[in-house]
Amino acid sequence: MQVDIKSLSIKPLRNTFDQVARFTGNDKSASRYLEATIGVQPEINFHYQPLWSKNRSIYDKDNTVIVMNDWYRLLDPRQYYYGAWTITRSKQQDAAERNFSFVEKRNMLTTLPADLREKIINVFVPIRHMEYAANLNNTYMSAYGYGVSITQAASMCAMDRLGIAQYITRIGLMLDGNSGDALKTSKAAWQNNPAWQPMRQLTENMLTTKDWFELFVAQNLVLDGLMYPLMYQSFSDLTSASGQTSFVMMTEFMSEWYEEHVRWVDSVIKVAAAESESNNVQIGKWLQKWRTEILQVLQPLAQEALGGAAQVSLDAAVAQLSARTTKSGVN
Amino acid sequence: MEQAKKMNMKEKYNTMTGDLAWDFSYKTEAEIFPLSDFEGIKIEDWSKWQDPFRLTMDAYWKYQGEKERKLYAVIDAFGQNNAHLGVTDARYINALKIFLTAVTPLEYGAHRGFAMTGRAFPGVGAQVASQMQSIDELRHAQTQLHTISQYNKYFDGLHDPFHMFDRTWYLSVPKSYFEDALSAGPFEFITAISFSFEYVLTNLLFMPFMSGAAYNGDMATVNFGFSAQSDESRHMTLGLEVIKFMLEQHPDNLPIIQRWIDKYFWRGYRLLGIVGMMMDYMLPKRVMSWKEGWEMYFEQNGKMLFDDLARYGITMPKFWEQSVEEKEHLTHQLWLTFYSYGHAAAFHTWIPDDSELDWLSEKYPVTFDKYYRPRLVYLREQEKAGKRFYNPSLPQLCQTCQIPMVYTDPKNPTKRVYRETTYKGDKFHFCSDACKEIFEHEPEKMSQAWLPPHQIFQGNCGGATIPDVLKYYHFTENDGGEFLHSRDNANWNMWKGLTPDEEAA
Ligand SMILES: [Fe+2]
Ligand SMILES: [Fe+2]
Repeated sequence: MQVDIKSLSIKPLRNTFDQVARFTGNDKSASRYLEATIGVQPEINFHYQPLWSKNRSIYDKDNTVIVMNDWYRLLDPRQYYYGAWTITRSKQQDAAERNFSFVEKRNMLTTLPADLREKIINVFVPIRHMEYAANLNNTYMSAYGYGVSITQAASMCAMDRLGIAQYITRIGLMLDGNSGDALKTSKAAWQNNPAWQPMRQLTENMLTTKDWFELFVAQNLVLDGLMYPLMYQSFSDLTSASGQTSFVMMTEFMSEWYEEHVRWVDSVIKVAAAESESNNVQIGKWLQKWRTEILQVLQPLAQEALGGAAQVSLDAAVAQLSARTTKSGVN
Repeated sequence: MEQAKKMNMKEKYNTMTGDLAWDFSYKTEAEIFPLSDFEGIKIEDWSKWQDPFRLTMDAYWKYQGEKERKLYAVIDAFGQNNAHLGVTDARYINALKIFLTAVTPLEYGAHRGFAMTGRAFPGVGAQVASQMQSIDELRHAQTQLHTISQYNKYFDGLHDPFHMFDRTWYLSVPKSYFEDALSAGPFEFITAISFSFEYVLTNLLFMPFMSGAAYNGDMATVNFGFSAQSDESRHMTLGLEVIKFMLEQHPDNLPIIQRWIDKYFWRGYRLLGIVGMMMDYMLPKRVMSWKEGWEMYFEQNGKMLFDDLARYGITMPKFWEQSVEEKEHLTHQLWLTFYSYGHAAAFHTWIPDDSELDWLSEKYPVTFDKYYRPRLVYLREQEKAGKRFYNPSLPQLCQTCQIPMVYTDPKNPTKRVYRETTYKGDKFHFCSDACKEIFEHEPEKMSQAWLPPHQIFQGNCGGATIPDVLKYYHFTENDGGEFLHSRDNANWNMWKGLTPDEEAA
């Protein structure tokens, strides 16, 4: 017998998973983001003490001094679960691909004025190594952070940074018709040029930072918050002022990505700082410590990239960062 | 314009990965990668790592984005069409309950574990390969949740999978297996998961669930299974590359790796027993028997794989013969165990109907009629007489694999295997020589296991009675027990307009 199931009213027993209902306080049907995120990480009853730590569990709230009553509250305003993230990035890489082939077809990079070309090789392309460090740092947060809300976003951020390092590498390759010489020069600058050494030292220090939330503040809030405006706004403006549009086109992915990155970072900082006075004070301390150090190591680089406009650009970057942290409620 | 010498694909890919790293001079490599050598694995030259895919992030996004668009189009359609009514019968959903509570959390664990190795290894190639697998595994956990979300709205047992995973007695089998790897160093983790699990055993996990879904009208699960397949083939390739890389780097690595292979083969095999039980008992339409699956995927394909690794000195995992000897007994003993503890499980159990018993007789000619069919028939009669059997005690678990101590000696199938050892004055019990040997190699670590029955006795699981413990697990009265009396069954019959008799026929 054929039963017309549409004529039966089939009432659901529940509208979402219990872990999501506990989080939102009701059993309304929940977004894909929340169902993919809330409560997924194991929390208790771990079987074995990790061989890689004497006093931490596999997932451990004490991997940072920041304290949250519910770590899942560090939600991502972009609501990225894997599918939403990768679909967004696939569109952006499509656009980036079009930009790259536009520039390549017209040989726009090989015909750059020599001084600008030198600058891009010596001051911009070495950033691929910093992006690689940013990849490792965000991977660290993803590995040792707590709660899927923040760890999955860190994981996506890590992959984003690898993508950005690879886009910069492609720019380096295009500067010399794929011989790799520009990349060699640029890497030598990163490894040996006096202007880069303080930054390289800071980057290596950051790679040994143990508190993952401090690393989040140092990398994603402060370093990115100063470096991105400097490079993708001030330096980018300088290249287009000389009538060259290729740099702007080829870094469109990064500029767009940064706007989105800021939304995530600021929201995490805002929720963590609002949780308690002690969180707020701690984040403020880290902010100050890393801002002071990073500003110092940025001086010679800004000088090399921007010459006379260096100080104005640095001041503008600092003002942007201050405006953001004030808005996030960090004292 | 001068014509520059162009790089080949391999050199170009290296500029996108290996060349991103630099020679540290302000910190040492040991400070930046502190977990890279405590396990004793010696790597002379990380640049020898060959990435077989040369996948850059832009290509990754393009490819994966395309797959996600297709996948979610199907999930959307599934939700709109009451497609959960398309499965063969409501018993099938119990396979999904095992999948969501036991497998999806492992996908998540893999996500975190590969993030750890993606940060721990000093070579960029190995970092990137780990990180890509890490984010793929996040994908698997999330697409499974999104697919099964629809079933959760209409069936019991799926409502609180992660809470259950952290607490429930039988879910400590997958949990402890994965935490064994996660709590080890990066080389052991990647050997355990990329090689022993992904490469040697994964077919025995995915084939039963995905083909099982296809045979039983669950197109949503087939959909995510298919979509994950290209990820899986990347992961399997990584598993093999990782092993070869470590073996080629230094001869001292061989005995360490062989021991890891032995350990995780056995623990993975014990875990797969639950999948085998699902294949033989829970799928209303069977795909193949556990025995056939083990013969095809392990005895034949696995053997070929190990033959291929013989030139590195790798041998078949220790105790593999034991797994072959057990293949006619394993799933029946497990199903009978879960049947008798059905009141304390978050899925339903039942006695197969006559045609299904005939299928089992045919697939297990040596053992089924002799040892198992009579017991199943007896239990069915008891149930019909209103005396559905439940075992009110707590099972004793193997200290290593955490499966109840129910397996018998294949040479003497009425005699259960009990092995024990003493460590620091305490006695520990094992289901097999293999589990005992794993313990004896790492007694400090293995003795720490969070064994659910012990924890219950110590008062750490909500109380001393079964209802207290089930409450601690967040099991409702509808989650476990006999399928025939379940809400799932009643609802299914109502939705399909069947009377219970028609359904059973
Ligand atoms: Fe997976
Ligand atoms: Fe065992």
